[in-house]
Amino acid sequence: MTGRTRENLNTNYLNYVKTQDPPTKHLKNCAAAFGVGGLICCIGQFIRYMLQYAGLTGDELAGSTSVILIFLGCLLTGLGVYDRIGRYAGAGSIVPITGFANSVTSPAIEFKTEGWIYGMAAKMFTVAGAIIVFGVFSGVLVGLIYLFV
Amino acid sequence: MKKGNTIFFKNRPCILSHAAVCGSKEKEGVLGKYADVTLQDDMYGESTYEKAECKMLSAAISLAIKKSGLGEDKIDVLLSGDLLNQIISASFAARDFKFPFLGLYSACSTMSESILLGAALVNAGYVNTAVCATGSHFASAERQYRYPLELGCTRPPQAQWTVTGAGGLVLGRAQKGIKVVNGTMGAVCDFGVTDVNNMGAAMAPAAAQTIISHFNDTETSPEDYDLILTGDLGALGSRILKDLTWEKGYDISSRHVDCGEIVYKVIESEFQGGSGAGCSATVLNSYILTKMNAGLYKRVLFAATGALLSTVSSGQGESIPCISHAVQLEV
Repeated sequence: MTGRTRENLNTNYLNYVKTQDPPTKHLKNCAAAFGVGGLICCIGQFIRYMLQYAGLTGDELAGSTSVILIFLGCLLTGLGVYDRIGRYAGAGSIVPITGFANSVTSPAIEFKTEGWIYGMAAKMFTVAGAIIVFGVFSGVLVGLIYLFV
Repeated sequence: MKKGNTIFFKNRPCILSHAAVCGSKEKEGVLGKYADVTLQDDMYGESTYEKAECKMLSAAISLAIKKSGLGEDKIDVLLSGDLLNQIISASFAARDFKFPFLGLYSACSTMSESILLGAALVNAGYVNTAVCATGSHFASAERQYRYPLELGCTRPPQAQWTVTGAGGLVLGRAQKGIKVVNGTMGAVCDFGVTDVNNMGAAMAPAAAQTIISHFNDTETSPEDYDLILTGDLGALGSRILKDLTWEKGYDISSRHVDCGEIVYKVIESEFQGGSGAGCSATVLNSYILTKMNAGLYKRVLFAATGALLSTVSSGQGESIPCISHAVQLEV
C-alpha cells in the first residue's frame, strides 16, 4: 500500500469511528462542573467570612482562607474522596485551589513507593509542574501589561 | 504445517489445567464464581501494586501446575509477559520457579501469543509441558499509562478499565481434554488512531485482520465456531469489529463475545468494559475453559488483541499499532 492510499484508508476509518463513538455529554459535564465548582467557592467564601469574624484582615485573611482550602483538598485526596468528586465534576473540582492541592498530593502518594527523595519529592510535581510553569508565565505576562497600560 | 499465517498443530497439544486469580472488583462479575482465587484486597498483602501483580501471576502459575497434577520438576518452560515496563511482573514471578522462562511482550494479546508459541513447542516435541500465563493490575497500569490513582480527573466514555487479575494454563500431551488445534499469527495493523483512550477503535482492525485470515487459512466460516472470543475490544471496539468483518463477508455477530464486555457490567455511554493482559487471561482461564470442559462450547476461536504503544510514543503523537493472535481450541 502506498503512503497516499494508506492515508485515505486511515481518514475513512477515523471518520467511521467518529460516527460510532459514544458522544461526550458536554451539557451535563458543564452543569456538574458549575455546581460543584460553585459549591467549593461557596465553602471558601464561608471560611473567609468566619475568619473575618475572628478578626483577620487583608493579606492574612486571603492567605489563611487559601491554606485551609489547600489543607481540605489534600485531606480529601488522602482519604480517597477527591478523585471521586473529580470523576463527576471534572473542571469544577480541578480549577479551584483544592484541585491544585489534589494534583500535588496524588502523585506524592502514588510515587511514595519509589522512595522519599526520588519518588515522593521528585515526582510530586509531575502533574502540577505544568500548572506552575504556565501560571508563572501568565502572571508575568499580565504583570507586564499592567505595567505598560 | 503452515498455510498463510496459520500454523496447524498435528499432534494437538492439550490444555492440562488452567487457573485464574482475580481482583475484588472483578469478583462481583462473571469471574467471581469461576476464578480459583479472588482477592479481598487489591494489594494482596504486599506493599506495592507492582508486587501484588507479580504475586497474582505467580499464584496463577503455581495453581495451574498444581491442578495439572504434575510436579514443578515436570514443567519444561514458562512463557509469560505483562504490561509493565521491562515485563517486570512476569520476570519477577519467574524467580519463584526453577524451570526456564521465556519472556514475551504482546500487550493485551500476550495470552494468545503464549498459547500459540507454547503449543508450537509442545507440538514439535521440543518440550513436553509448557506453562502460559499473564496478568495485569489496574493500579500499576494506571500509574504507568495514565495518571496517579487519586488525581481527580474525568474518564472519557471511550475509556476502559484495566482488569486486576492473572491467568495461567499448562500445555502438554494428553488423549482427552481441550486441544489447541491451530494458531494464526497476527501482523501489526495501524489504522491511524491516536486517541489513547479509544483502544477499542485502535485494536478492532487488527482483530478483524487476524480473524479473517484465520477463516481463509482454515477454510472455515463463523458458523463453524461456537464462540469467537476477543480480548479487550470493549463495547465500541466489538461493534467496529463486527462491522469490519461483515464488510469482508463474514457475519460473526451471533458468535462473537468480548472478554472486556463480560467482565464488568458495561454502561456504554460511560465506559466500554475491561482491558489489559489480565482481561482475556482471567476470562479464558476461568469461565471459558471451565465451560468448555463442561461441554457447553466445543470449538472456540480465541483472538486476543494488543495495543503496542508506550507513553513515549503516544506523547510524541504516534498512532497506535495493534496486533492480534488467534488460537483455535477444541474439546
